[in-house]
Amino acid sequence: MSAPVPAGVPILRLGNVLVTGLLDELDDKTARAFTDELTERIAADGPAGVLIDISRLEIIDSFVARTLSELTTTARLLGARVVVAGMRPPVAITLVELGLALEGVETALTAERGMQALGWYHGSQPPERGTR
Amino acid sequence: MKMTDEVVATRRSRPASRPTPDPVGPSIGVSGGPSGTPVVHEVRTEEDLLVVRHAVRAATLECGFSLIDQTRVVTAASELARNTYIHGGGGTMSLERLNRHGRTGLLLVARDEGPGIEDVEQALEDGYTTGAGLGHGLGGARRLMHEFRIHTEPGVGTTVSAIRWTER
Repeated sequence: MSAPVPAGVPILRLGNVLVTGLLDELDDKTARAFTDELTERIAADGPAGVLIDISRLEIIDSFVARTLSELTTTARLLGARVVVAGMRPPVAITLVELGLALEGVETALTAERGMQALGWYHGSQPPERGTR
Repeated sequence: MKMTDEVVATRRSRPASRPTPDPVGPSIGVSGGPSGTPVVHEVRTEEDLLVVRHAVRAATLECGFSLIDQTRVVTAASELARNTYIHGGGGTMSLERLNRHGRTGLLLVARDEGPGIEDVEQALEDGYTTGAGLGHGLGGARRLMHEFRIHTEPGVGTTVSAIRWTER
């Protein structure tokens, strides 16, 4: 393997969750670099969960789907639970038609819900107007 | 002993024609070219894959596809271009705007001079892969398009043509 290429996507740590995302223009090299970097961070930080925001992705083809599946499996083998969040509705429809259900990949509608699923709450939100 | 394999699939029949004046688009994709003239893009590098994607996205916008249809067509184009790049050893993808019976369509033609596909039926099956994908590329692309045609000759190359028509 050649020298590590920075994937260009920040990986933030919030408590025991790593938060990151995928950019729309994922090519082979970037995907590999991102997978490597995230795997290293999981091994180093030992998070309970990883949130991957994919709201920037305009399409998911079989290549990106494979990247997500492999990331999820690798993270799970290292003891971290992955939630993929923010898939756009047209992307979801297209994925199903492609025949890719992303089985084994946990998803959430938004990054916020994904964080909740990973047990990360923000407690300081004031009650919205109109709540009973 | 020449083996030619051609598979023609029409998932849905072409939508019934409803005569509307053809909105004549001046160009397709970012590279220009009048309606009815294919615009050919090279598919030889990873960067080319992104360029093709952008061109297909622009073309779907010009054709007036809905957002979901844009996503379908761009995804199918991405699968076909990747096949051309990985399995075909590089090639071209051409985009052509079609106007038939008052309807607008986008024709994608992915062409390579690679080894060809030995068993087309098998290649269209879900889960079949010889490369890095999930094996849903070809069959998946077929499901995302209205018309789909593969012409392949071992040792000569592969041409995949796919059309999607707009809803209205």
